[in-house]
Amino acid sequence: MDFLRPASWEEALAAKAEHPTAVPIAGGTDVMVEINFDHRRPEYLLDLNRIGDLYEWEAVEGSVRLGASVPYARIMEHLRTELPGLALASHTVASPQIRNRGGVGGNLGTASPAGDAHPALLAAGAEVEAESVRGTRLIPIDDFYTGVKRNALAPDELIRAVRVHKADGPQQYSKVGTRNAMVIAVCAFGLALHPETRTVRTGIGSAAPTPVRARTAEDFLSAALDEGGWWDNGKVITPSVVKQFADLCAAACNPIDDVRGTAGYRRHAVGVLARRTLTWTWDSYRGTAQQKGMVA
Amino acid sequence: MRVNFTVNGRPQEADDVWEGESLLYVLRERLGLPGSKNACEQGECGSCTVRLDGVPVCSCLVAAGQVEGREVVTVEGLADQARQRARGDARGTSLDEAKALAAGGQESPAGEGTGAFPHAALSPVQQAFIDAGAVQCGFCTPGLLVAADEMLERNPSPTDADIREALSGNLCRCTGYEKIMDAVRLAAARQGEGV
Repeated sequence: MDFLRPASWEEALAAKAEHPTAVPIAGGTDVMVEINFDHRRPEYLLDLNRIGDLYEWEAVEGSVRLGASVPYARIMEHLRTELPGLALASHTVASPQIRNRGGVGGNLGTASPAGDAHPALLAAGAEVEAESVRGTRLIPIDDFYTGVKRNALAPDELIRAVRVHKADGPQQYSKVGTRNAMVIAVCAFGLALHPETRTVRTGIGSAAPTPVRARTAEDFLSAALDEGGWWDNGKVITPSVVKQFADLCAAACNPIDDVRGTAGYRRHAVGVLARRTLTWTWDSYRGTAQQKGMVA
Repeated sequence: MRVNFTVNGRPQEADDVWEGESLLYVLRERLGLPGSKNACEQGECGSCTVRLDGVPVCSCLVAAGQVEGREVVTVEGLADQARQRARGDARGTSLDEAKALAAGGQESPAGEGTGAFPHAALSPVQQAFIDAGAVQCGFCTPGLLVAADEMLERNPSPTDADIREALSGNLCRCTGYEKIMDAVRLAAARQGEGV
């Protein structure tokens, strides 16, 4: 095994181009587990810890350009306003020790269906900034997850950042597990209301081979909200609409039975999380709307 | 490969380090600092918690090569760090203190580092764990001490919820955590009184 320690992003890209099999390591919270347990013996480890750019974030045209290595602890602390869904998701990651090391770049690189950040990214809307010596491309988050622990990155590409759309409405994130800390999601659900476009977006974790959106449920809810004039009148969403939304979210799952839960339980739980997060976000939207005097 | 870094204020050099080796392995097996415990090797249990550039991390998940040039504080360095904090100075460990630390580390197989250490005082958190009876088998204790110590540095008056959150990455299978909560509350109270 070789340990590559690029001092700059350019050096990292050059190293990845020269050694496409090199495994990037940043927080190490996925990679080191595999090495410790002898599940993986990469030929090259590509250490990204010395690249300061990856630990920074900036506002870019309605998005936050979040460096791939910004630890979850910092997202929780500093990006609660701009990225509320991702901040909530970050708070559910493992433990303080892990949140001090791990970041969204690693979640995306590993592309586990159980990665905590994915439902929040799907719901908020995001692009993955992938870079290689050949150039930079922005991969829409909807196209990023291609299979169980597979993603759309080319072998010579590294994740520089993820551009997450700034929240234009309430967002929620919820996760099922046996306790609050140190839990791999049995299933997880992210919901973002987008009042500016009068749409809603969802993200489901741990209930399909990849993180997925519940598109039919989103379309149904967006149409229902329009039809009822709810974005304007700020009324409570009728229970039958909430139930239909929850059922459609459950139907968007394609889960498996495993040690953490059965497929049936996951489907059921996703429906429950969908209902709860919709209630929470809509209550919050109504509260904000009332404050602004938008609601009669 | 060779890795140079600072442990408990003292420059260290580890040779013949395998590229896939963890910081935990280097500390325990190459530098003779067995205070950080090796249990799960997957970041679940927190018994290997150390501070890397001040931040609590699981040393089992840090690749040895990643600590090149960086500063690590282990449970063996807690007392010394607490003394420095109390003095309010940011300077490194003096040569005498470093020697004493090293002697302590070598003489104490459990790695608690008291031994012949001339300033044998424990850090306030360590003392509070003893006084509150928060130690049973002791295996999780080093990780808990490092995590609790860091929280008290950041947050001198923690609520119970703050303590639970700060220690949520550290598993203890003996105590049921109540005595550990007592110990951290005690350390916080003593810190507040300036004891």
